[in-house]
Amino acid sequence: MVLECRHVWDYISGYLDHSLSPEIKAMVQEHLEHCEICSAILDSTRNILVLTADDRVFELPVGFSERLHARLDEEIKGPPEGQEVDEAEPEQR
Amino acid sequence: MTVAPPDRDETAMIESILAGDTEQYHELIRPHERNVYKMALSLMKNEADAEDVAQEAFIKAFRKLADFRGQARFSTWLISITLNEARGRLRRQATARTESLDRSPEEGSTISPAMLRDWREIPSDAVERGEIREMLQMAIGNLAPLYREVFLLRDVEDFSIEETAVALAITTSNVKVRLHRARMMMQKELAPKLKQATPKRRWFPWS
Repeated sequence: MVLECRHVWDYISGYLDHSLSPEIKAMVQEHLEHCEICSAILDSTRNILVLTADDRVFELPVGFSERLHARLDEEIKGPPEGQEVDEAEPEQR
Repeated sequence: MTVAPPDRDETAMIESILAGDTEQYHELIRPHERNVYKMALSLMKNEADAEDVAQEAFIKAFRKLADFRGQARFSTWLISITLNEARGRLRRQATARTESLDRSPEEGSTISPAMLRDWREIPSDAVERGEIREMLQMAIGNLAPLYREVFLLRDVEDFSIEETAVALAITTSNVKVRLHRARMMMQKELAPKLKQATPKRRWFPWS
């Protein structure tokens, strides 16, 4: 059975997750070898997933960690009543 | 997808926190701050709300720490708490605006990807460029919540299909369907833009 492009598109996500059955996977692979459009769609999808998963896409706001740990301190120790509060640890960068 | 250093024994840390060494909670969560914030920001779409949600999630996790039984990874558990916190807040905001979050946009129809004749790999260093980062954030933000949640858990936070299904209380086949659609929407939205933003060669205008 020969797959049409439209059907191959339905399998792209499964193909990337290695969750297709061996028969379907073989048909998709066969198609990809001959179809530059579907190959480009697959490659671009994979590339986009790598980019969106990159940690650098979302930066922590300045002071995020300090504010978070200060709030956690209140939660953990109860409100500071004039006693010394541990300094937030230095940012690890 | 930050991974905690392999020599950290989080289960042991949690045990000693529960036994009274509460200060250790600071250390326990440190490697997870970025992931929790990333999740919160992608769901809330603004930094102030995202920071609130992240803080609340860490506080709730501290209060509920005794419920964590090691049946999941600690990171997975934290992200699920973050998701619920964000959902609650979005729901309250939506009610205020009388808007429904649970609308499922054309779940049945097929999404055609963006057609390309070739694709040149975009190196991951491209995310150093603010313009590219913005593009990626915006594309995630533009997904309907139904798809965004699945996409974030699976593709950004690196949950397995099963973990995603548990976190969202849906079936694994539902996860697969939504994930497929989310990925195709991302490809459709981003492939043409990324291709344009990263031309294969920079021609000198005078050549």
